[in-house]
Amino acid sequence: MLELKNIFYSVDNKDILEGLNLTVPDGEIYSIIGVNGTGKTTLAGIIMGLEGYKPDKGSIIFNGSDITDYSVTERAKLGITLAWQIPAFFEGVTVYEYLSLKDGNGKPEDYLDFVGLNPDKYLGRIIDESLSGGERKRIELASVLSVNPKLVILDEPDSGIDMASIDAIRNVIFSFKKAGASILLITHNEVMASMGDVVSLLCEGIIIKQGNPYEVSNYFKTYCYDCTSMDDPKCEDNEEAMIASVDNLSGKTTRK
Amino acid sequence: MDINYSKEYEAIVEAYKKAGGNPEGLFNSEYASIVINNHDVLAKNEVPGLHISYSKIKDGVKVKISVEDDVQVKNPVHLCFGMLPREGRQIIDSDFYIGKRSKISFLAHCSFPDAEHIEHIMKSQVTLDEKAEMKYVEQHYHSESGGTFVYPKLSAKLGKGARLVEEFKLKNGRVGLLDIDYEVDQGPMSSCELLTKIFGKKDDKIDVKESIHLNGEYASGTAKSRLVMIDQASGNVLGEIEGNAAHSRGHIDCYEVVQDQGSIATSTPKISVTNPLSKVTHEAAIGRINKKELETLMARGLNEDDAVELIVNGLLR
Repeated sequence: MLELKNIFYSVDNKDILEGLNLTVPDGEIYSIIGVNGTGKTTLAGIIMGLEGYKPDKGSIIFNGSDITDYSVTERAKLGITLAWQIPAFFEGVTVYEYLSLKDGNGKPEDYLDFVGLNPDKYLGRIIDESLSGGERKRIELASVLSVNPKLVILDEPDSGIDMASIDAIRNVIFSFKKAGASILLITHNEVMASMGDVVSLLCEGIIIKQGNPYEVSNYFKTYCYDCTSMDDPKCEDNEEAMIASVDNLSGKTTRK
Repeated sequence: MDINYSKEYEAIVEAYKKAGGNPEGLFNSEYASIVINNHDVLAKNEVPGLHISYSKIKDGVKVKISVEDDVQVKNPVHLCFGMLPREGRQIIDSDFYIGKRSKISFLAHCSFPDAEHIEHIMKSQVTLDEKAEMKYVEQHYHSESGGTFVYPKLSAKLGKGARLVEEFKLKNGRVGLLDIDYEVDQGPMSSCELLTKIFGKKDDKIDVKESIHLNGEYASGTAKSRLVMIDQASGNVLGEIEGNAAHSRGHIDCYEVVQDQGSIATSTPKISVTNPLSKVTHEAAIGRINKKELETLMARGLNEDDAVELIVNGLLR
């Protein structure tokens, strides 16, 4: 489905991603976990092709085609879409309009129902600050649903929302998978990450560990909570972690 | 109903429809209305408690609309103003008086469908008595020539507990030259919302001046403007609020989109407080359309032009 090959990205001479490789298989949830500032949101921007997120080096392959130079719209037309950590507001635009951007199989009211919002109450609402964080997140997921995506990039879908909304969001993510989409789930929350079929731990621009949700989440809890910098790493095999990268084809950590 | 059914009347109603007006409001006797083309009143209708009188003046019409005390005018009053000729000058000098505790809304549509060089001067004096409420929504439809010169002037006085909502919208056709000048004097516990939404294209020139004087205790007023400038259009907004009375609150909210090289937008907030218990704030943003909004829509498959159109339509709605 999606392959990132040897992606390098820097800003003002600061390396953000350093030779990142990953593969998101068809129909699976692939979680990326990491503390703040490790390059997770940058990764989302690079895959979606947002302005200012062109990799310095490396390639992005989607369903066998190299899409590294594709525009955001071209990627979206292939079925890639992104739900931002903090979704945008649209003054004067109704939820109905926002969920009708593409002629899909469903109707705006169906998408709202799906994310647990009452269509009678929400279809006519304007997508502005009058919506709570949880409502806006759910509408964002409804919008993702409305374009019938093949690959969904979810950047911190659980941030800034209440527990009730988190359960709803988790259900929606599983339903994306059920519908056959692949999901790249970016989070700093190990509980959310554990929804993944595979979980990778991103640290200062490289994937230092990859494996099953239980193993990686435990590692994250144990070593990353108190770790503020790789200058003073807390993980068990510090040197290995610092130089490690993951060979996604084998799923094993290998040395550079 | 007093209607002069003529080809001229039919044409102005047609233009009214293009400006977004619903002709039902002009034909139904339950709706108060007045239709003016050029310097002539073509139709007029009153409803109980509301009176409309008019007289000819040089280059236009003087209109007086008054509402008695304690009248709730159920349906919006439809005002259809326009000029069918290609050239000319139209002055509409109107006085509005809304009696105590009365409530009314106006839908004004101004159409200049074939304008090549037309001046439209709209001078309004508004007096809202104690606890009166008035909403005035003005929508314009101009030709694509850019030869329309529009001067809306408002001078409003709000009595104790009165409420005024004034909206001006121009997004269809070329603006030409637009010079808005609104001034509101607010009494105690009154509230006022001024809202301006304009889409400037080619070499359109737009000046908006909105002044609110919070002269009564607990008065509140907001001046909100949304301008979108493309091509070589220029927009200039001056928002002015004075807090002169205790516990009065004012806010200026200006957002101007400058989408092309060559288009210009300026915003000048002027806020002052002469009573230490008053508070006035302002916020302004000028620039291209927000990148995140644009990219969100593009990530759903819209191309950039369609995404811009959706965002602009929302802003100017």
